[in-house]
Amino acid sequence: MDAFSYQRATDVNSAIEAARQPGAMFIGGGTNLLDLMKGGVEHPVALIDITRIDTLSQIATLPSGGLRIGALVRNSDAASHADVRMHYPLLAQALLAGASPQLRNMATVGGNLMQRTRCGYFYDTAFPQCNKRAPGSGCAALQGFNRMHAILGASPQCIAVNPSDMSVALAALDATVQVSGPRGARTIPIAQFHRLPGDRPDIDTNLQPGELITSVDLPPPMFSDHTHYLKVRDRASYAFALVSVAAALQMDGHTVKTAHIALGGVAHRPWRARVAEQRITGKALDAATLREAAAAELANAHPLSGNAFKVGLAQRAIVRSVLTAAQTGGTA
Amino acid sequence: MPLASVRVHPSMEPPNAMSHDRPDDAAKPAPLTDTSRRRFLQTAAAAAAWSAAPHGEAKSGQPGAPSAALPPAIPARSVRLTVNERDYVLQLEPRVTLLDALRDHAGLTGTKKGCDRGQCGACTVLVDGRRINSCLSLAVMHEGQRITTVEGLAGNATASPLQHAFVEHDAFQCGFCTSGQLCSATACLSEFAAGSASAVTDDVRTPPSQLTDDEIRERMSGNICRCGAYANIVAAVRAAHEASA
Repeated sequence: MDAFSYQRATDVNSAIEAARQPGAMFIGGGTNLLDLMKGGVEHPVALIDITRIDTLSQIATLPSGGLRIGALVRNSDAASHADVRMHYPLLAQALLAGASPQLRNMATVGGNLMQRTRCGYFYDTAFPQCNKRAPGSGCAALQGFNRMHAILGASPQCIAVNPSDMSVALAALDATVQVSGPRGARTIPIAQFHRLPGDRPDIDTNLQPGELITSVDLPPPMFSDHTHYLKVRDRASYAFALVSVAAALQMDGHTVKTAHIALGGVAHRPWRARVAEQRITGKALDAATLREAAAAELANAHPLSGNAFKVGLAQRAIVRSVLTAAQTGGTA
Repeated sequence: MPLASVRVHPSMEPPNAMSHDRPDDAAKPAPLTDTSRRRFLQTAAAAAAWSAAPHGEAKSGQPGAPSAALPPAIPARSVRLTVNERDYVLQLEPRVTLLDALRDHAGLTGTKKGCDRGQCGACTVLVDGRRINSCLSLAVMHEGQRITTVEGLAGNATASPLQHAFVEHDAFQCGFCTSGQLCSATACLSEFAAGSASAVTDDVRTPPSQLTDDEIRERMSGNICRCGAYANIVAAVRAAHEASA
């Protein structure tokens, strides 16, 4: 790991001020950042430790009836918080599906949003080609091992996927991201937080330089009863998703009143499945309707040499996750 | 590679350089330091820089070109860590991980370095009672927190019930992952007792009623055992849980 200076911030303003120095980065749980620094992918000159900013470590009910989860709340604390478990079980399920207990005890909610792709070519600096790591250098994954890569929303410059489970649930729950920066505070809807790669795959999110995530806000609970997070992976635990599906339903008997569905492991950002949602809303839920809706959602998928299986897998995962959500509540 | 970039990683230090103080049984000990180790490292760094010079020059390309600007070295600073209820004052650069601070500076080599990238769990320690991967955490970020390593699990030189269970159930072969497994399992049992759910819990809205083998496997999945002693590890965790229930 290259040398860097270290500063401990005690409040949001001092953290933002400290981050103005060139090459500075915030560090929270550090589980992704230190890994990238050890691998020679990230080279911060200064780390601003934000973990002692107590105001960002709380979970509180909002006047709207929603829930504010501070950016520094650890993934494990968010997953075990009583309000999250009771009113936003989908979020608890997604958090518990990610990483390991040790990592969840370290990783923060804000840091999880900032997780970078796990594309092997991005991580391994022995490969000179990676537009995300070295803009303009090319993409080694296009002709390489791309089994884990994107089938939706990719570009000729980058086929990497976002690795987060939490963000997939946040996409389905219509969360908003609160940020503060040199120009003040603003709110970013989760659907606009992560970017598609386009011709700038080096930029993962729409955060501006120097901005700090302060919280993730959830709208008033809509999906306490019918949710399911299905994660399909190469081993039963402690692995990134091949495909994941966050499903949240409001049911009226057998009829779907509201459906929110988001996919993970298929694109550069959590993929909100609005086509499938529309196809099942207002309809009696059965496997045939769901299969048709899932096929429509994946109609524009562009599989690569190594990941054609993901197209069918994503469709079957949508069917199973939505059916499970309809039949049960709160199951992971 | 420019000459000035040559650095000595703590892991290059030979084992016999560990001449600093270690915890002992003396009551009210002064905080432990690693000053003698720093002196060794400074000498070693100078030697390494000297011996690496020809190689560095040979690879620098363009003779006469100004060498690439490098960030100035960040000096070590005093970091006070509380490990197993003892205070350690260590001279650490900010980039020293908690794992390297424990092993190479505090001399607590019970915690193991497996992958060093957060993928195996061998480096698991408890911080304020919570299990973390010490390889993916900076030591300087843990000032003021209560760190427990495998050396601190036993009380009064008596193995903890979980440690007994690991011996009883033969829950290891080579033993390299065991200190991480023990720290992780210690937290696993306290997390379950506190009502936490897992990815295999039927309904996350209610605490799981039983610590089934499926629950144990999921909750211990952050600790890889290359020897494959999983069946006996699960049995040991189950036994320790049942004994405490």
